[in-house]
Order: sequence, then C-alpha cells, then structure tokens
Amino acid sequence: MNQQKLSAERLLVYIVLLAGGILMTLPLFWAIFTSFKTAAEAMQTPPSLFPNEWLIDNYKKLFVELNFGTYLRNTLVLVAFSFLGLFINMMAGYGFAKFKFKNKEKIFYLVLATMMIPGQATMIPNYLILNKMGLTNTMAGIILPGLAGAFTIFLFRQFMETIPDDLIEASRIDGAGNIRIFMQIVAPICKPIIAVQAILGFIHAWNSFLWPLIVANSEDLYTLGVGLSLLKGQNVSDFALQMTGSSLMIVPVIILFLFCQKYIVEGFTTSGLK
Amino acid sequence: MKFRFFSNRPYMIFILPALIILSVFSIFPIFVALGVSLTDMNLIGLLNWNQVQFVGFENYMDLLADKEFRQAFFNTIFYVVFGVPLVVVASLGVALLLDYGKNKFFTAARALFYMPSVTTSVAIAVVFGYLYNNHYGLFNYVLSLFDLPKVPWLTHPIIAKISLILMAAWKSIGFNMIIFLAALQGIPKDYYEAAEIDGAKKWQKLLYIKVPLLGFATFFVASTTLIGWFQFFEEPMIMTKGGPVGSTNSIALFIYDKGFKLSEFGYAAAGSFVLFLIILALTLIQFKLRKKDNGYN
Repeated sequence: MNQQKLSAERLLVYIVLLAGGILMTLPLFWAIFTSFKTAAEAMQTPPSLFPNEWLIDNYKKLFVELNFGTYLRNTLVLVAFSFLGLFINMMAGYGFAKFKFKNKEKIFYLVLATMMIPGQATMIPNYLILNKMGLTNTMAGIILPGLAGAFTIFLFRQFMETIPDDLIEASRIDGAGNIRIFMQIVAPICKPIIAVQAILGFIHAWNSFLWPLIVANSEDLYTLGVGLSLLKGQNVSDFALQMTGSSLMIVPVIILFLFCQKYIVEGFTTSGLK
Repeated sequence: MKFRFFSNRPYMIFILPALIILSVFSIFPIFVALGVSLTDMNLIGLLNWNQVQFVGFENYMDLLADKEFRQAFFNTIFYVVFGVPLVVVASLGVALLLDYGKNKFFTAARALFYMPSVTTSVAIAVVFGYLYNNHYGLFNYVLSLFDLPKVPWLTHPIIAKISLILMAAWKSIGFNMIIFLAALQGIPKDYYEAAEIDGAKKWQKLLYIKVPLLGFATFFVASTTLIGWFQFFEEPMIMTKGGPVGSTNSIALFIYDKGFKLSEFGYAAAGSFVLFLIILALTLIQFKLRKKDNGYN
C-alpha cells in the first residue's frame, strides 16, 4: 500500500518536472524553429511548431544583407579580450594572495567595494570619462572598462591562498623571478578556476550589450546584442528574422552550456552572476 | 627609477593593472557622477566644458518632482513586490522537486530548468516580444484554444509590468534554484531520520525541517533578486521602450534616456548617483542582516 502511494507520488514528480522542463525550454525552441520559417509562416494562425520547410534564408540574410558578420567579429574580439581581462584579474589575485605590503587589507577592501557599484550607475560618468580620453566610438573604449572585475580577483585570491608558500619559496631559491614563478608554478595550479572563469568570461562577453550600445556610435563597432536590438527596431513585423538573430545569440551559449554544464553551474553559483 | 619602483614593490606588477582599471572605470566615475550632477552639463557642455554651469542641488530637486522618475521608481517597487516572492517561490518549488530523487532524469531536468539562465537578456527580450505579440504571439494562440480572450500582454499598463516580471522570473529560476538545491542537499540526513522516528509525515518534514533551514538561501535569493530589479534595463528597453506611457520604465532606463537620448548629462548623473545610493544602501543592509543571520546559526 505504502509502496504504491510512493510510486504514485514519484510519478507525479516526474510528470511535473517533465512538463515544467518543456515549458521552460519552449521559448528557446520556439525561437529556433521559427528562425527556419518564412516571415509569412511566422505570422500564420494557427502557428506551426516545425517549419513547413527548413529554410536557411534568414541566416543568409543576416550575414549577406545585414551586418551580422561585422557584429559577430566584434563580439569575438570582446571575447578574446575577456581572456586578457581574466589574466589581469589572475595577476591581481596573486598579488593579494602571496605578497605582504602596506595597506594590503585596505586596498583589497577597496577592490571588493567596487562590487557595490553597478554598471547602470556608472554608464553616464564613464561615458563622459571616455569622451574626455577620446575613446568613445572606439573598440578600446568598449573593452577597457570591463577588463578588471572584483569578484574574479576575489576568487583567484581565495584559490591562490591555498598554494603552499614553501612551493613558491623553493622556486625562488632555485633562482626563478616573480614573473616566472607566476607563469610556471602558480598558473598551472590554477587551471580549474581558470577554466570556470574563462567560460563565464566567454558568456559575459558574448552577451555584452549595455556598454557597447553606449560607446559605439557606428555600426562597425556593434556587437551581436546591439545589432539584434537594431534589427528588432528596423524589422518590426519580420518575426522570423528577429528569431534568427536571437537564435544566433542563444544557440552557441546553449551548446557551450550542454558541454560544460558542471563548470557553468558551479561558476554561476559561486560568483552570484546572473 | 621606474625599474627600482617595481623591484622594491614586486606586488605592484601584479595588482597595478587591475587597480588602475577599477579606479578609473568604477570608483572615479562615482565622484564624476556626483560632480556632474551638480551642473547643467548637456551636449554643448560636453563639447566645451567652459559652458558648464554649477547649479547646486537643482537636478536632485527636479528629480524628486519629476513624474517620470517617480513613475520609474514606483514601477521598480511593483517589480520588487511581485517579482521577488514569485522568484523565491518558483525556484524553491523547482528545487524541492529536483531534490526528490537522484538519477539521470533529475540531472536532465535540472539542465532544462537551468538553460534560460545562460541566455542573453537581449535575445530573450526579442523572443518574448514575439511570444507576447497580440496577434501573432504563441501565448494568445494558446489562450484562444481554450476559448479565452486575448491578453494585451505588453500594451496594458499593469499587465505589461506583470509580463516583464514573468519573463524575468522565467530567466532567473535556473540560477536561483541551484542556490536552494545546494542548501537542501546540505541538510544533514540525521535530521530526517530523527523526524521519521518521531513519526513525522512528509509535509511536516518539509514545513518544519526544510523550509526553516533554507533561511539563508531564501535571504540570498530574495536580496540578489531585489537588487537585480533596481538594475532592470534590457527587457523594458527592447520590449516596451518603457511604455505604454512609462508604465514599464525602470530607473536605469530613465537614466539612459535622459543621458543618451536627450543629452541631459547633469540630470542623468543625478539619477545615476541616486541609483548608486539605493544599491549601496541595499547591499549594506544585506551585509548587516547576513552577519546577524550567521551569528544565530
């Protein structure tokens, strides 16, 4: 009797989770399926789940008629520089973890305090600062402000504090300089955290929107996110094309997620990113 | 000389690049925002700083009297009041279901629920703009199957706010359920065993063991969601442009429009500084409460 009741309950959990899971991913699949439809089919009633014919014309249009090739290239440049940012944060983490210096605690708290300053509050002053530096409407202006991040520095510091001092001292006695110790001893030990942060950095750069939107005046500098919002404004009723642009942004990240799920979930949870 | 500076302070090579970037683009801007907010800086002022006039607290006074700003602020309160409980309840519910068993099905279900969390807000806003469309959207079509009337998802002042909340909740469930799931799996097994010996029923275990022990996770999810609503930007910007008639406008979008559409940099800077103060206050309160919470455990 009890066994039966339990299995009924179990069945219910399975059904609810399955239905919920389908509902959660439906908008994503709806967008992907629609991207292969014609503009007319995307507006027909009743709507079709799968396209009548799987057409890649919309994707061609993004790259041939519209500038998505350029947007993609710019986004990939941002991704590449996010790895430079990762390196800068890793260096700072090492500096705070393994050196003793005056006011270290105070400086580190100042670094942490920057986590309380959201990008939405600094967009106006940052724009004015970049304008003074002559960096508005340049790639450098888009890249520079995002190169350092307090939370990544914090995570690297936490991780590096667990590296034994003896290991570093031994290399120093063997005649290795600071840079060599960092590159050949410390960096290899940090591989797991580098992997997590690199994936998060990729997603963050891939999705970047607000800052490029503000700094870039010309389409040559637009990222995929900015290009997509422009596309929506200019093709108000071509939903198939809108879904194509969206799918282009969503699908690579989902594929990355499916392969590196463990890293991403861990990384997101520890960093509080959303 | 320069060389000696670094050889005496080897740590500087490591921390200096990050320190410079954080100082110039994160700390310094707050002072710039405060400074500029006391002026009438606009497009002319941007080109020629000599034209900029000091106006004292005028921008702040205007801000308090500005119907648009007040509306954006109260929209945010609406988002918080309905959005925070929804996110907490939904992600806790999903976490409890996912905690029910351990096999490939549950792992796969977890991945499905998590998936929206990694996607970009911009693309999601475009997708939901289509789903919410009055005539061609999937949601109204599904309603019509049940003979229900069409819902003006994005064109009614209150429903539009709810639509944005639903979408944001959908996107954040994955991330937040992981927080709850981690907390649930951290509850020691002997708690349940002790309760079973006392003859506790399943719902009693849920109500008296699980829910109270999730206090910290709930607090974390609620406070990060709350702060997130104050930074709400992409979704209203892309889906509704803050409309209809400002009813989905957010503080961040208000600042953006004033600064980059109307070039009223002084005024927008005042809004930025107010937003900074709100988030600073919320973060500090969160810190204080969290310390207290840990003290009791």
